Amino acid sequence: MEVSPWIAILATGIVAGIPILLAALGEILAERAGVINLGVEGMMLIGAVVGFMVSLQSNSPWVGLIAAVLAGAMMALIHAFLTITLRANQVVSGLALTIFGTGLSGYLGKSFIGVPLTATFKPVPVPGLSQIPAIGPIFFNHDLLVYIAYGLVALLWFFLFRTRSGLELRAVGENPAAADAAGLNVFLIRYACVIAGGMFAGMAGAYLSLAYAPSWLENMTAGRGWIAVALVIFGVWNPTKAFLGSFFFGTIDVLGFHMQTLGIVVSSFFLKMLPYVFTIAVLIVATRETKTRRVAIPEALGVPYVREER
Amino acid sequence: MQKPHSREDLSYMVEMIGITKRFPGIVANDQISFAVRPGEIHALLGENGAGKSTLMSILTGLYRPDEGEIRLRGQQVHLQSPRDAVQRGIGMVHQHFKLVNSFTVAENILLGLQDGTGEVYQLHEINKKIEACSREYGLQLDPQAKIWQLSVGEQQRAEIIKLLYRGADLLILDEPTAVLTPQEATELYKTLRRMAELGKSVIVISHKLSEVLEHTDAITVLRSGRSVGTVATSGTSEQELTQMMVGRMLCPVLDKANVMPGKPVLTLENVTALGDRGLPALKEVTLTVNGGEILGIAGVAGNGQKELAEVIAGLRAIESGTKWINSVDHTGDTPQAAIHAGVSYIPEDRLGTGLVPNLNAVENILLKMYQKMPGWRINWSQAARDTTAIIKQHDIKIAHLDAPVKMLSGGNLQKLLLGREIFHHPELIVAMYPMRGLDIGAIETIRKLLLEVRAAGKGVLLISEELDELTCMADRIAVFHEGMVMGVVRPQEVTIETIGVMMAGKRMAVAMSGN
Repeated sequence: MEVSPWIAILATGIVAGIPILLAALGEILAERAGVINLGVEGMMLIGAVVGFMVSLQSNSPWVGLIAAVLAGAMMALIHAFLTITLRANQVVSGLALTIFGTGLSGYLGKSFIGVPLTATFKPVPVPGLSQIPAIGPIFFNHDLLVYIAYGLVALLWFFLFRTRSGLELRAVGENPAAADAAGLNVFLIRYACVIAGGMFAGMAGAYLSLAYAPSWLENMTAGRGWIAVALVIFGVWNPTKAFLGSFFFGTIDVLGFHMQTLGIVVSSFFLKMLPYVFTIAVLIVATRETKTRRVAIPEALGVPYVREER
Repeated sequence: MQKPHSREDLSYMVEMIGITKRFPGIVANDQISFAVRPGEIHALLGENGAGKSTLMSILTGLYRPDEGEIRLRGQQVHLQSPRDAVQRGIGMVHQHFKLVNSFTVAENILLGLQDGTGEVYQLHEINKKIEACSREYGLQLDPQAKIWQLSVGEQQRAEIIKLLYRGADLLILDEPTAVLTPQEATELYKTLRRMAELGKSVIVISHKLSEVLEHTDAITVLRSGRSVGTVATSGTSEQELTQMMVGRMLCPVLDKANVMPGKPVLTLENVTALGDRGLPALKEVTLTVNGGEILGIAGVAGNGQKELAEVIAGLRAIESGTKWINSVDHTGDTPQAAIHAGVSYIPEDRLGTGLVPNLNAVENILLKMYQKMPGWRINWSQAARDTTAIIKQHDIKIAHLDAPVKMLSGGNLQKLLLGREIFHHPELIVAMYPMRGLDIGAIETIRKLLLEVRAAGKGVLLISEELDELTCMADRIAVFHEGMVMGVVRPQEVTIETIGVMMAGKRMAVAMSGN
């Protein structure tokens, strides 16, 4: 099949966007419930290294994936305990977890650097859909996790905006006192969302080490966790918009590799810088937008909930 | 006074019998009994700390009583939780609404609702049901409107519909008119009356005597945790209620010494200033406060009062016009310069702009004092001495000097703030809603302090929403509407209605002519 370079770029853009997307979906869950999780980067790294190690041992990428998801949940449990139960500063806790995750993953993965992995996720074209010109190769010629990510986007959107639990979750992030008065368990809902967010981050990490670039490298997330946090703002806490954003970021991310095939000569350092420059630009534009129009920043974001009693 | 409950009459919606609730160190409710009939609007009246909130927290399932029983429609109940109370038809509208701003009215009503419909909700069906519910009670509200788009009155309606939708038969409203305009308050009581006519019971917690007298059927008065008694509204008077509330007769005519007005302390000449949104909030304001005089500022909140106070205190820039303090041009003053000129500002939020919540009393007193201390050292012992003197002089109840002032009650905070300001013998006190939220005892103290400042020949600018308060305190009243002075009147020469007409935007001459 003859593939034009643009379709190749967009197809790899989708794949490059998946780890950012998964992490961003988790962050949306947590932030919608009112908890900022800046530990995403660390949770992704832990997920990546644990996923890789378990996959290597068990010889099954699925077992590795499940282990990564659980590892992410464990990390998130620390964050939840610190910020929800102890009401610690969410930013500080998140930063600490990122530093902790970076260090721990480096330590755990030391002997795995350069080890080849056979149990990886491999592309599975979707019968029928992958035959559609342009659309097929861009969206439907990838590994199973990509399709799962598509499904999670739709599922999360429906959950947040069409179900009672979603409504309750959003209420907790907007006005926990009102949610409490309505008989909801604010603490439980926040715990659930932060932990689920950590699971997404772990999965995002596993995607990197099991599918995107099946190997382990120290600090292999290279700031994708941070881009995910920015993506949440860019996507105004909406899963579908986050998907569009991840496609965009992913495409910019892979543009560097493809520049040469397109015959454009640019310094590779410049190209590596691009996603981060765009992150800053997007934050400027997005925050200006959120300031001028009244959009969906959860009102109680970053604020620990204290029940008023005497 | 009627007996709050009698055995043979089972026609009560709710009876609370001999309720006692103790907290460490205090008895918040001591053998309180009271009962509400269906179709009745019942007021719960009392000073701050009289036990009203505790009693209602028991009725809404938040606290469990140590003694006593609650009967609902004749049946004894043990309320386990707020949710339990709601399911039994008891609902409460809190002073601070429990609404999610970014949600629609319908989504707020849906939140936490257990109506047996599935996990996936259909908004248009709920919208229809809400519309039907609001039509029945004459509560106009668009279920699809977002809460932040609604006025405070409409938000309150949303809270009420939320309760009605959950099938509440007994509605408790905590200070419902505190945040409403007079028109909205009238509208609210009309709605409450309609609900009562449909057989519901309404309990209104309030300390506004005139309102309670006008709109309720029965009044139960609480004082320091005990029930003083229940009276039928038709058979009581403001005097009697006040006496029941404070246990002593408040002199309705204030002990106001005759003071000859002195020289102008403050003169504003054609002052224009911008509000927070960059639009003119004060337009060509001209007014004078003389020494030995209280000038009252009347007006519906948000008509330039805050900007006026800030302009005088030097916190807001003057666009055009002149500000004279003691006949010296102080137009471009910084807050510091205004303080040195003798202007003292009692802001609306005593805990925030007025005092620093996390600092203790001595440190708060010091904030206005340290610059006058010689040298570069802070004289802590002097500050502590002065603080003790202020606390003693104004009878401020404070556990110890080292406690952050946010632990103090509203009345004690205001006394501390006013005490600090008076300590420095200001030429002019600008007091913004100084009595708001205080109980009668504290209000009396604050009034006395302001009158003392007046008697000392200094000027007072008193901004208030309570016309009764202004007419009894002020020597002259300037009426504000949309940042303009509608006229300056002497309270004994005009009726409250005239001032009301001026507040609505009629010039004095028009208002006096009766059109």
